[in-house]
Amino acid sequence: MRQHDVAAALRQLLPADSVLSRDEELHPYECDGLTAFRQIPMLVVLPRTEEEVRQVLVTCRRLEVPVVARGSGTGLSGGATPHASGVLLSLARLNKILEIDALARIARLQPGVRNLQVSDAAAPHGLYYAPDPSSQIACSIGGNVAENSGGVHCLKYGLTVHNVLGIRGYTMEGELLELGSRAPDRPGLDLLALAIGSEGLLMVVTEVIVKLVPRPQLARVVMASFADVCEAGNAVAAIIAAGIIPAGLEMMDRKATAAVEPFVQAGYDLAAEAILLAEADGTPEEVADQIAEIEGVLSTAGATAMTVSNTEAERLRFWSGRKNAFPAAGRVSPDYYCMDGTIPRKNLGPMLKAIEAMETRYGLRCMNVFHAGDGNLHPLILFDANTPGEWERADRFGAEILELCVRLGGTITGEHGVGIEKINSMCVQFSEAERAAFFAVKAAFDPAGLLNPGKAIPTLARCAEYGKMHVRGGALPHSDLPRF
Amino acid sequence: MTAPPGATLSELRECVTAAHHERKRLRLRGAGTKDFYGECVVGEPVAGDALDLRSYRGIVDYEPSELVLTARCGTALSEIETALAERGQFLAFEPPAFGGDPTIGGVIAAGLSGPRRMYAGAARDFVLGATLLDARGEVLRFGGQVMKNVAGFDVSRLLCGSLGILGIITEVSLKVLPMPRAEETLRFPLSAQEAVAAFNRWSGQPLPISGAAWCEGAAYLRLSGAASAVRTAKEGLGGERVEATSAAQWWNALRHCSHPIFNNSSIWRLSLPDTTAPLTLPGELLIDWGGALRWYASEDRDPDAQNVDVRAAASAAGGTAICWRGPAPSTGRFHPLQPAVAELHRRLKERFDPHGIFNPGRMIAGL
Repeated sequence: MRQHDVAAALRQLLPADSVLSRDEELHPYECDGLTAFRQIPMLVVLPRTEEEVRQVLVTCRRLEVPVVARGSGTGLSGGATPHASGVLLSLARLNKILEIDALARIARLQPGVRNLQVSDAAAPHGLYYAPDPSSQIACSIGGNVAENSGGVHCLKYGLTVHNVLGIRGYTMEGELLELGSRAPDRPGLDLLALAIGSEGLLMVVTEVIVKLVPRPQLARVVMASFADVCEAGNAVAAIIAAGIIPAGLEMMDRKATAAVEPFVQAGYDLAAEAILLAEADGTPEEVADQIAEIEGVLSTAGATAMTVSNTEAERLRFWSGRKNAFPAAGRVSPDYYCMDGTIPRKNLGPMLKAIEAMETRYGLRCMNVFHAGDGNLHPLILFDANTPGEWERADRFGAEILELCVRLGGTITGEHGVGIEKINSMCVQFSEAERAAFFAVKAAFDPAGLLNPGKAIPTLARCAEYGKMHVRGGALPHSDLPRF
Repeated sequence: MTAPPGATLSELRECVTAAHHERKRLRLRGAGTKDFYGECVVGEPVAGDALDLRSYRGIVDYEPSELVLTARCGTALSEIETALAERGQFLAFEPPAFGGDPTIGGVIAAGLSGPRRMYAGAARDFVLGATLLDARGEVLRFGGQVMKNVAGFDVSRLLCGSLGILGIITEVSLKVLPMPRAEETLRFPLSAQEAVAAFNRWSGQPLPISGAAWCEGAAYLRLSGAASAVRTAKEGLGGERVEATSAAQWWNALRHCSHPIFNNSSIWRLSLPDTTAPLTLPGELLIDWGGALRWYASEDRDPDAQNVDVRAAASAAGGTAICWRGPAPSTGRFHPLQPAVAELHRRLKERFDPHGIFNPGRMIAGL
């Protein structure tokens, strides 16, 4: 039997407790943060060293077994959804901080190190690691590299790709790759940029060098209320147009504030159609100046009320609602489906109006939280998986939002990745030739196609199937009618 | 009046597909400001017919409130910088112009960045999207015009610095930033070693640094940002204030490689971990990027002797060395790639440009 043979081969390389094959051992790995997709893997392996990772890859390559790498399993697009006849390669045991060099402002990490752990370890030096995905307590740095994770401070501090200096890892063939380094801008093609965000399709990362930045002396946040979502959207554009790059610029609609307020008591204005949170950081003088400027712009843009955090506790309280929006959605609804499209900021208002119309059409509620500063939307579609047909409606609702994102000049995923979840929507965003180019890149790194197969890039056949219902660009006849 | 050849995408496609079928090699070229740059012997251009891309030009889209500018490859950098300046914005990676007026396609294909690189980001950090015309004549759009986009592999960043070997970058979307409200440059009389130590110490503090360079016994530190932040930082740091015009001249000389040390006939460009103590190498030293970029300039010497010295020293320090100007050593102008990485270059080239028509040998000999 296949499972038995592969397990036997791997047990020759790894200690007994590193290869899991019994049903009850495999179950915890059946899904990542996207729980709507579940699959029991054939085997789970938990190597402890880089050399063990290499050996697992070489063995799986020889036996032609697919490999799905997994960090903390917090991803929201099913990037780590297991393969039924594959090995789930958990990097959780490679969890050491190998080096913090305060003078050089870098940290060298194994992939299983948690995102927040890096900032904690750097804190005594007045430094931190900037990207802060909402799952930062749990998510791993290896997973951040695979997904090119973002967070609420991307507009000013960038995504993972802007904060990783180098990676080390292996191809499916067991070849060591060192991409990037502490020395910037190495000659040759920027394979580091290609590997970051490659969703485990190109290589398995065993070491990451990240950039650490000085912790700003102070941060304060302005909370502003708006009577209209379009006005709030325009206010975001007005801040940017005024030459201000806030450290964070977030928006929540009334449905979102209503859901979180009873939960966290952040002090949100529940009468407002939308609230904005705009954060300034830097020296005390700089923050005071920027806050005054932001207040001026927001007031001109039609803010009906504004509050500025006066203490660190107050700042964290204002943010608490935003950071707890997802769990709050879980409190007001049995299930929720989180979308992740990005659009040009100027279209925030029209997008919200369109989502409102879709709510009626699909008969489902949707609350909206946005990384407004960079146009990244997280509509949370509320549904009950136990009610027949609701998940299917939520799924179509989500797909329509993504198609609209593409039509408005944006993208189907800003920071969560394509994974298995948005693979059909890739057919909408990319042409056949572009998808072929992605497969060509994949084949250059992984000619056997064994690393995380079936994720991130849809095959021609898959798009043809999807195209029977959806036409590229969302130009389906009667697109206003619900489809069942 | 008829448009010059290559003024439309369909003309470029025709030209490329014809070359692909005839296996005719093309040397992609914008304004030619970086003709010297690449894996080729000086005075002997890369093989192939020059394909001038300057006619495919124009800013396609620019919305200041979106912080995004999209332009066709042949658009002059000066045109882009003027349009941005009118709205108080700029390209924060400070692309070098080398005394000419490069095209934006050339800027991105070379992927070079100026003094702000360690503080604001490199050219690739500002690439949001790119359109590639590949050897088969396919027009492929990667990335987009938004800040956050993780759909598909990040091919647009891969194209930044690709030296045209994968195809023609016909259009790029770049993130732009508001110009800093205030800027000051401070001068400190320091040795190279002291300067490297100071740059690293300062970089670990929350200071609005946007440039840190050293030459001939003096370190220069540029501060940019909100007026209050620059003022506070300046007061805390000390040093001697450099008057605005001279400061602009100094940073421009670094950015465009027009500083007098670039008059030397042999120039090495070393990229190193920024904490690396000054290396014992021949020639005049210019330090940029807070210690991460080191230029060594001298008059011609035996190329192979220099190759051993400089490249080995850079490797030992964990960095790389490019022979920027002067006779190329036998191992090439660019630092040799790790074999597994070089193999990936070959495979990617093979897939995007199977007959090797684009800029053969410009990045790697024989590729």
